[in-house]
Amino acid sequence: MSDDVDTLRQECLAALSAASNVRDWDAVRVGVLGKSGRLTELLKQLGRMDPEARKAAGVRLNKLRDELGKAIEARGQEIEAEALNARLAEERVDVSLPVELTERGGVHPVSRAIEEITAIFGAMGFSVAEGPEIETDWHNFSALNTPAHHAARTDQDTFYLPPSPGGPNVERVLRTQTSGVQIRTMLGQKPPIRIIAPGRTYRADHDATHSPMFHQCEGLVIDREITLGHLKGCLIEFLRVFFGKPNLPVRFRASYFPFTEPSMEVDIGWSRATGEIGEGEDWLEVLGSGMVHPRVLANCGLDPSEWQGFAFGMGVERLAMLKNGIPDLRSFYESDVRWLRHYGVDPLAPAMLHEGF
Amino acid sequence: MKFTLSWLRDHLDTRASVDELCLALNRIGLEVESVEQLGAALAPFRTARVLQAVQHPNADRLRVCQVDAGPGIGEVQVVCGAPNAREGISVIFAPPGAYVPGLDITIKAGKIRGETSNGMLCSLRELGLGEDTDGIAELPADTLPGQSYADFANLDDTVIEIAVTPNRGDALSVHGVARDLAAAGVGTLKTFLAETVEGVFASPVEWAISYPEACPWVLGRTVRGVKNGPSPDWLREKLEAIGLRSISRLVDVTNLLSIDLGRPLHVFDVNRIKGGVLTVCRGGGETIRALDGRDYIVNSDDCVIADGAGVQSIAGIMGGEATEVTDATTDVFIECAIFDPVKIALSGRRLGIHSDARHRFERGVDQALPVAALEAATRLVIDLCGGEASEVVSAGTQPEWRREASLRFRRVAELGGLAVPPDECVTILGHLGFETLRRDEDSVTVAVPSWRNDVAQPVLLDPDPGLSAERQAELVAKVAAIEPECDLIEEILRIKGLENVAPVALPALSPVPAAAISPALGRVARARRVLASRGLMETIGFSFISHEEALRFGGAPESLRLLNPIAADLDQMRPSPLPGLLSAAKRNAARGWPDVALFEIGGAFDESGQATVAAALRAGRTPRAPGGGGLPMTFAEAKADAIDLALSLGVAAEALTTTADAPSYYHPGRSGALRLGPKAVLAWFGELHPSVLKEAGVDFPVTACEVFLDRIADPKRRRKNAPALSPLQPVRRDFAFLADKETAVESVLRAVRGAERNLIVGVSLFDVYEGPKVQEGSKSVGVEVTLQPRDASLTDAEIEAVAARIVAAVAKATGATLRS
Repeated sequence: MSDDVDTLRQECLAALSAASNVRDWDAVRVGVLGKSGRLTELLKQLGRMDPEARKAAGVRLNKLRDELGKAIEARGQEIEAEALNARLAEERVDVSLPVELTERGGVHPVSRAIEEITAIFGAMGFSVAEGPEIETDWHNFSALNTPAHHAARTDQDTFYLPPSPGGPNVERVLRTQTSGVQIRTMLGQKPPIRIIAPGRTYRADHDATHSPMFHQCEGLVIDREITLGHLKGCLIEFLRVFFGKPNLPVRFRASYFPFTEPSMEVDIGWSRATGEIGEGEDWLEVLGSGMVHPRVLANCGLDPSEWQGFAFGMGVERLAMLKNGIPDLRSFYESDVRWLRHYGVDPLAPAMLHEGF
Repeated sequence: MKFTLSWLRDHLDTRASVDELCLALNRIGLEVESVEQLGAALAPFRTARVLQAVQHPNADRLRVCQVDAGPGIGEVQVVCGAPNAREGISVIFAPPGAYVPGLDITIKAGKIRGETSNGMLCSLRELGLGEDTDGIAELPADTLPGQSYADFANLDDTVIEIAVTPNRGDALSVHGVARDLAAAGVGTLKTFLAETVEGVFASPVEWAISYPEACPWVLGRTVRGVKNGPSPDWLREKLEAIGLRSISRLVDVTNLLSIDLGRPLHVFDVNRIKGGVLTVCRGGGETIRALDGRDYIVNSDDCVIADGAGVQSIAGIMGGEATEVTDATTDVFIECAIFDPVKIALSGRRLGIHSDARHRFERGVDQALPVAALEAATRLVIDLCGGEASEVVSAGTQPEWRREASLRFRRVAELGGLAVPPDECVTILGHLGFETLRRDEDSVTVAVPSWRNDVAQPVLLDPDPGLSAERQAELVAKVAAIEPECDLIEEILRIKGLENVAPVALPALSPVPAAAISPALGRVARARRVLASRGLMETIGFSFISHEEALRFGGAPESLRLLNPIAADLDQMRPSPLPGLLSAAKRNAARGWPDVALFEIGGAFDESGQATVAAALRAGRTPRAPGGGGLPMTFAEAKADAIDLALSLGVAAEALTTTADAPSYYHPGRSGALRLGPKAVLAWFGELHPSVLKEAGVDFPVTACEVFLDRIADPKRRRKNAPALSPLQPVRRDFAFLADKETAVESVLRAVRGAERNLIVGVSLFDVYEGPKVQEGSKSVGVEVTLQPRDASLTDAEIEAVAARIVAAVAKATGATLRS
């Protein structure tokens, strides 16, 4: 029997090392340890032995079973690892291949500027108001103390539309400013009022520095004790945050608008030579503003001896051009994809103050 | 408004530099538009003396001059062609490198016919200074060589141009500007006093007014025995320095006073006036040839001045050619009137005449000045042209311009944010001409000067028509009580300086500000990001397009056609942003970039109003890639854009249905509508109609969608139920239905989904097949259904029962059968 055991052992180990794939390996395993495997057969014979012999043979056979079991297991793992390595080598690809990406689009710089303006004024308690782009003459002009003979009402500046079908028989205008929104707000809501009105505006003017359509953002603050000091504080704060220049020089110059009194234009410091905002000796006009004219308040039914406040207006394109160094106004509306890719803003870029611009 | 520094100094005693003056002007609301150093162009020219002049050896008409150009240059040789170039004269010398404005050349050193020439001797015309062409300019014999010519000739004046806001007619005069500057502390105003000229005869021309609404008051007088002709140098130079053309002594007098005092005047040739009366009246359809040589037709709204022969002047705007003064004029009639600003503005605008007179009258002139201005004009005419003056004739009366305005001192701080001491307020107002009438501790009442038409105006409101008559009257009274005070505060602040108002932060309305935008605007913002994240570039196009383009895209009502478009192809309010995107795609393709993905969110206009539409367009082909790509854009990309956008904006997927009925500018077989319920269309999507592309000149595939953002409801703030997270595994089963070829797949999917609401949690399409393996006219629709057991695992019998219900529901809804 001991010869059998030795032979079995040697033959099994030899067969294992010869096995190079799972099938051969499994044949060895089954041939030795399977139901009718050679070792299993030997173990079955133990029962027919006398106790003494069984004891001695049992020890040897069990030892052999442990040894071969481990050898088979180990060889199995080796073969599996070899097979895996072969497969991995087989599966190798060129990872330098470009992959398909979802092409990222972009947000137009005007939309972006409006989002930033909204975020800053929002932090100061303003909310955004909206109104129609086709306005009545009254909302766009008359209510704003812009009398009929005012230069802004000539054909040269204002686009006119025929009367609305079924409406009053008066010409309508494409709004030349978003002030109509201010009027609607004052008519529709009791003070205190704190709104901005960004949106499209239209003027019949077309050259290198004028577009027949552009964007304005106006603002209105009405309360009992609002002074010109608040106007200055609010606008200086806005400009410094918008341009990211905490020390941006801001200058207020007396001016005239029919709808405010006192009126002023607002300049920021810049360098004409380099275009750098906040540097240099020059001034650049960026805003119009003033204390709301008593007539405008009264036209909207507000008692000017009780309520006062300020209003302002700015050109969104102009601010976007200054902030981003965009040279040409007309390019905003040309929809040239190369320009849009260059100046467009990532749609996931944060537009909230706490996330930073 | 342009003036020179020296002219300003006629009215303002000041030592301020030009920079200081400009700073002050900007501060007080007279914005400086430009500052020009008159002598700047003359900087290279210097005085010199001709030491020797000899005949050029090789040219009869040229002389070789030795010139002393003074320190720094010394003696140079110059070849000169002027007949008067001779020894001993003092001349104007231009060294090499000097730009000669009159010739538009830059001087170079060189040789002329073999003789060295290191500069040029100049005429005044060559310096751009005069018409004299008889050789080179000769300066006084004792002129020291080497001086700056501009300095020498007093041509180093500074021209300042300011922008005057429409409310400040009084600042359209040098005197008015000087008054403001004096109030701002940069000098002392010199008083204007007109010297009275006694009339020695009765004017042969008299006034009558038959249109008092347009002209309340007119004055005039005749000066006889005048000699007109070119103005003296001082007057010509004064006007030319600010860009006005010198015409003749008589005309120049009117222009001088227009700038000096802001007082427009007109002069008639007495001998060309028919009859002895000039009548200020309405036009009657006559044609008048004005001083600009053009013919104008005046109507009954226009104010004109007529004599016995007809209309001779468009009052306050421009005189007529027939009665203009000429060099032959011997007797002149000077007109000095007050005209209604609004009437002048409307007539001037209708006639399209821009004149200095109109500019001043429509902004309001000094209501009390005519008498003094007429005296000043008379004096000047006699000084320059000789002659003698008649008595003054007039019609109408001085308009009642006297008004009062009151200021409560505390209001300067309450409105203006700057506490200005009462004494200082009164002083500032006084400098501006507002004389104190009454004053107490808290307030002051001042008289508004005759030149400040913008202060304490009668209150004209244009109130909300919804306000009651009583409320309107009440508001007029409130404004009348407060507006003059605001006017005065504005004056005090601008003179005191807005830089002195301390900025104050707005008081917080609440510790944490509320949301700044409405849910509707929030949807717009989100839509923008969703579309941009899907690879589309946001664009902004004009809201008006061509009428024809709008017609192609379904809507071009006449009521939305601009009455005064800026261009013929920008005349119709767009029915959608889509046509603009198509034009943009075309432009990009023309630049070599046909594969673009663009979107715009903005107004779409129809007769019912304005809607907010997100339009997205994909043109060309998908990107090429190994093993694929380069495929034309199809309806599917557009549908995906529309659905993704809808879902991102809170629309529930199961609320959306698709129908195949998009507008006619889409491909009829490859487009559709996304609907919310049976009626409301949320979006159109699909490939654009080939004939629309052809008409637009586009020869590449285009697919697009239009999503109507206004039709999405605001989200309801509801607490969500806890989700049912079953511990049991879902069961998935595939079904293949044989459906009619025309059956919409969505109806099959919908029927499956509705067959068993409790168990079915997922229905997805995995295959659509038409071909030899299914019968003609049919298609196979492969659907995977996911069943989620709730409380206990499903038995085979239960699964079979569900399957049977699914098959029955599909059969009922579509007629499709289970493929065997």
